[in-house]
Amino acid sequence: MTFDNSMYRKESLEKVTGAAKYADDYGHHPGMLQGKLVISRYAHARIVSIDTAEAMKVAGVRAVVTGQADFPLTGEEIHDRPPIAYGKVRYYGEPVAVVVADTFQAAKQGAERVVVHYDPLPVVRSPSEAIAPNAPLVHEDLARYEKIQHVFPEPNTNIADRTKIRKGDIANGWRHSEVTVEARYSFGPSDHAAMETRCATAEIRPDGQILIDSSTQAPYMIRKLMGEYFKLDPGKITVTAPLVGGAYGGKVPTQLEIVAYLASKAVGGRPVKVFNEREEDIIASPVHIGLEAKVKLGSTKDGKLQAAEMTYLFDSGAYSDKGATISRAGAVSCTGPYRIDNVWCDSLCVYTNRPYATAYRGFSHSEVLFAFERTMDLLAEKLGMDPLALRENNAVCPGDTTPTQVALNSSSIGNLPECIAKLKALMNWDEGRVHSLQNGRKVRAKGIGCIWKTSTIDTNASSGVILTYNPDGSLNLLSGLVEIGTGTKTVLARMAAERLKMDAGRIHVRMEVDTRTMPEHWKTVASRGTYMAGRAVLQATDDLIRQLKDIGSRVLVCAPDELEVGYEKVYIRDEPSLYCNISDIAFGFQHTNGNAIGGQLIGKGTFTFRHLTHLDRETGAGKPGPEWSVGAQGVEIELDTRDFSYKVLKAYSVIDVGKVLNPKAALGQVMGAMSMGLGFAGRETFVFDSKGKILNPQLRNYIPPRYGEHPEYAVEFVETPHIDAPYGARGIGEHGLIGMPAALGNALSLAAGVQLNKLPLVPERIWRTKMEGAAP
Amino acid sequence: MIPFDFDYFKPSAAEEAVRLYQTLREQGKRPVYFAGGTEIITLGRLNRIDTEAVIDIKGIEECQTLRLDSDDLVMGSAVTLSRLQESGFFPLLSQTVSEIADHTARNKITLGGNLCGRIYYRETALPLLLSDTEMVVAGPSGRRRVPLNSAFDGCPRLADGEFVLQLITPSVFLGLPYYTVKIRRQWEVGYPLITVAALKRAGQIRAAFSGVCLFPFRSERIEEILNDGGIEKGARVAEAVRHLPGPVSEDVEGSPDYRLYRLKNALLDVMQALKGEEHARS
Amino acid sequence: MRAAEIRLEVNGEVRSIYVRSSDTLLHALRDKLGLTGAKPGCLNGDCGTCTIDADGMPMKSCLMLAVEAQGLKITTVEGLAYSSLQAEFVDKFAFQCGYCTPGFIMNANALIRKHPDADDATITEWLESNICRCTGYKEIEDAVKSAMAIARSRLADQKGDSQA
Repeated sequence: MTFDNSMYRKESLEKVTGAAKYADDYGHHPGMLQGKLVISRYAHARIVSIDTAEAMKVAGVRAVVTGQADFPLTGEEIHDRPPIAYGKVRYYGEPVAVVVADTFQAAKQGAERVVVHYDPLPVVRSPSEAIAPNAPLVHEDLARYEKIQHVFPEPNTNIADRTKIRKGDIANGWRHSEVTVEARYSFGPSDHAAMETRCATAEIRPDGQILIDSSTQAPYMIRKLMGEYFKLDPGKITVTAPLVGGAYGGKVPTQLEIVAYLASKAVGGRPVKVFNEREEDIIASPVHIGLEAKVKLGSTKDGKLQAAEMTYLFDSGAYSDKGATISRAGAVSCTGPYRIDNVWCDSLCVYTNRPYATAYRGFSHSEVLFAFERTMDLLAEKLGMDPLALRENNAVCPGDTTPTQVALNSSSIGNLPECIAKLKALMNWDEGRVHSLQNGRKVRAKGIGCIWKTSTIDTNASSGVILTYNPDGSLNLLSGLVEIGTGTKTVLARMAAERLKMDAGRIHVRMEVDTRTMPEHWKTVASRGTYMAGRAVLQATDDLIRQLKDIGSRVLVCAPDELEVGYEKVYIRDEPSLYCNISDIAFGFQHTNGNAIGGQLIGKGTFTFRHLTHLDRETGAGKPGPEWSVGAQGVEIELDTRDFSYKVLKAYSVIDVGKVLNPKAALGQVMGAMSMGLGFAGRETFVFDSKGKILNPQLRNYIPPRYGEHPEYAVEFVETPHIDAPYGARGIGEHGLIGMPAALGNALSLAAGVQLNKLPLVPERIWRTKMEGAAP
Repeated sequence: MIPFDFDYFKPSAAEEAVRLYQTLREQGKRPVYFAGGTEIITLGRLNRIDTEAVIDIKGIEECQTLRLDSDDLVMGSAVTLSRLQESGFFPLLSQTVSEIADHTARNKITLGGNLCGRIYYRETALPLLLSDTEMVVAGPSGRRRVPLNSAFDGCPRLADGEFVLQLITPSVFLGLPYYTVKIRRQWEVGYPLITVAALKRAGQIRAAFSGVCLFPFRSERIEEILNDGGIEKGARVAEAVRHLPGPVSEDVEGSPDYRLYRLKNALLDVMQALKGEEHARS
Repeated sequence: MRAAEIRLEVNGEVRSIYVRSSDTLLHALRDKLGLTGAKPGCLNGDCGTCTIDADGMPMKSCLMLAVEAQGLKITTVEGLAYSSLQAEFVDKFAFQCGYCTPGFIMNANALIRKHPDADDATITEWLESNICRCTGYKEIEDAVKSAMAIARSRLADQKGDSQA
């Protein structure tokens, strides 16, 4: 068997028939109470009072839960967030109460009758405002928060964390730089806009068991964190995760689950569902991070990079949640994928009075690379060099080191030069980057960007897989990986089938996750599912094969190492006609006289990363993730130079994925990510008023790409195996997104003849930049 | 999920609807007329509408009329935008309508609903204002037929208890040369940055606008300027935008100065397109 | 009426349910009839995840009151016999998370029935009513066009049969 042809996702029929169930599709019965959030109308304000009396009078309202002093503070790295605002609100949309009622309708009625009095405070509206002297503090108690060891908040400031990268000798780098360029970049927060809004249900059973069901990417993290926050025995917490309707990082954090638990507690443990309507999902729940960046590059006259100095101010919003980790990941990949000996970077996680940030597909990489790869184009222009050639010249290769000083080899870095070469051919690069159409008003232009990504993840993250048999010899595969749309569970079945030489259709995969009965998969994030759970699958299949050979050897009267497993049989290697069917031994073998041996076979496999380290606090040196995926991407746009409207005609990706395991699914992951990247770069952002209120919390004014706006996609893969990973496959789920913002910025800057350094690139921004450039 | 309750009525005659309205009003139910209902349902969910009774006018036969007579095009107020668009009776209206919301939503949104709704773009008004359309209004004092142009303040001027029954466009306007364009912030579906609709009658350009100000409008003064052949086109446009009937909108779709910039370009396109007698499409 | 028992014809079955006048059809389908294929993606008519078929027309069930649906033939994704359109969605990998899929399928199904020979502009006009956040839309385009070609060839076959 090979991986050359495409395998349908295993949950295909469920999904096209509408039978597939997501979190809110469960619990449509009268026993399920409904929770409705009351959210803040101020971005920063002291809560003077909350009056719930009128809400309690609504028929069917059972409880109103407001923030309390004894509720724990929460957060993955820094415990800085009350699950329901207490004392003050720190962003527009922050939950200040949850109303619990018999029906969603009654809960909504109640929520409208909760009266909150606020005393407005000065609003911190951007990272640069946040770090300015005498900026209002978002967190006065930063010094007193509990935190993990490897995060470094700076008390009495708005800085939640700072990661320093000090590689080589930056002063020396500038001495060798004959040409330097420097520019600033910025964009505000935006949204994941998964089609399924977040939803969580909680129930406390009479025996103290806590049942949580959630649209989550991280059910095991919920179990762990709920245990920590509420001093509960994690063994008493069961989290289930059904199919998830799009996540993109936005369903990593633990938020509504805590609210649902508190709500359930308030009604004697009865089950309570908290469902986000779209407006809450956009502003009350965590968002895609914003960034302000300054990038300075130096090179020799012939275009060899000598020095890179970056300051990244990540806009984590009101709470640090994943913001600290994101700013750290941004430091790890603070340059583009280039050989640069002298690197200086400060990457900060900054508090503002905006919705708080969490993971977003690409996890800091599209953000940082927008700034870096735009600067590469500036440098190429100043050098008078073709921008693709500049990247070819400096492409990272085996033997080079990363910004965190990890030495790279072919397995860990892949082949960027080949990606660049393929992109060059695919884009017909040599025909020129820009040309005017006949009427002269429209200009077509091409822009590119190179990408790389590694994962900055918990160094002890692990994944487990269990394989059990059915009487017919088919297998059940149990993994704690959540099916969020990436098709990873189908790939896991495919891997097991390949190793066991059987039909993947005979491997039944449990799509829903249940932390009580299924082995843990750390989190379904960071394009790590195939690697982590894949390794666990291979170990589990090897475990099964060993057991099959053991029992087979006794049935077939031979040594175990003379046996092969395949085609649902155990057979003698050089005499395949001598075999036993797995269905006859999977639950033990029974002799004709009734004696039985063996018992049921259960395969288990686990995986954890090897040799990952924390970063050194002063230099950033360390190995935060296993391998890298590299790639080169581009877009071709057509700009109307009168109106500054434009269309993306074509979008290109060449990515070294190590090994393609399901071709059409892999292509879909890349195209979908490209579409999302073009949305982020070209149109998506929150619009804030001067007081930090978000003016576009609906899908009719926050507008993701729609059908018909999609470009023509050209996607190719390079396959340089990552030899540690199953079949050599590298992460792929995020990478299509990463280069799109820079490529679009580069193409439009070229076409418009101005430097476009802010996102999103809506026509008005191009027009305004043009006007400002033309002003005397 | 609409959090509050309301009573639902579906009368089959206009007079019955009006009587219902009056009765419900006397009962303090704050009734509203309901055609497609999309705005009442969506704003209702957000608690931005306060009513205890809706009167669905879709069951009134006259509201469902869509008929081209020799002299007039008669359009019931409960005719959906999709039906209007597909009929093709009035190409300018069809094209303007085809840019409102999205196709599926247009299967529900009605002409009357768009024209009289609270969401202020009301782009169906543009072609109607340009084509000397009259509206038939039903109300407590019976029926009246009135030129839309004389009873339009950003939306049809209606007395309490009245609703628009039909819109009647003289058929001479249906085939006139026209030009319309809807410009959005960046995308192909959604509210306008600006919408411009224009047609040419007896050598004169008529133009109406949405998204430019906080209400849709047609301006005779702007038309006079645009039709002033003695002045160079660019100068006409510059002069025309000095006579907008209100401040230029500022919202998430765009800033006032960018709106003005795009408006000026769009007016140049209008003049370019309507020079000849052919139908021009954006 | 403020709340009452109404009869709806859904997927070929007449069902009696008790609803408030202000309940949307989406709410009635999901909460009263257990038909959760239509999804509450935005409840505002913007995303298309709740699209159902009403008398042959795609309709956003969050934009329709349940009482308005009386007398209409309502079809939800659960009411589709496994069609070539659904098969093409599977074959072309036209979904990932699957949340927008029922809405897209119901919209495209109505499109194919009404315009089996739709051109690109018409396909776009119809399908831009729905948002998919996972795919790049190309896969959906391929699936719909392929199902449309199958529908056309079936129509041609029927025509051929009737002429024979």
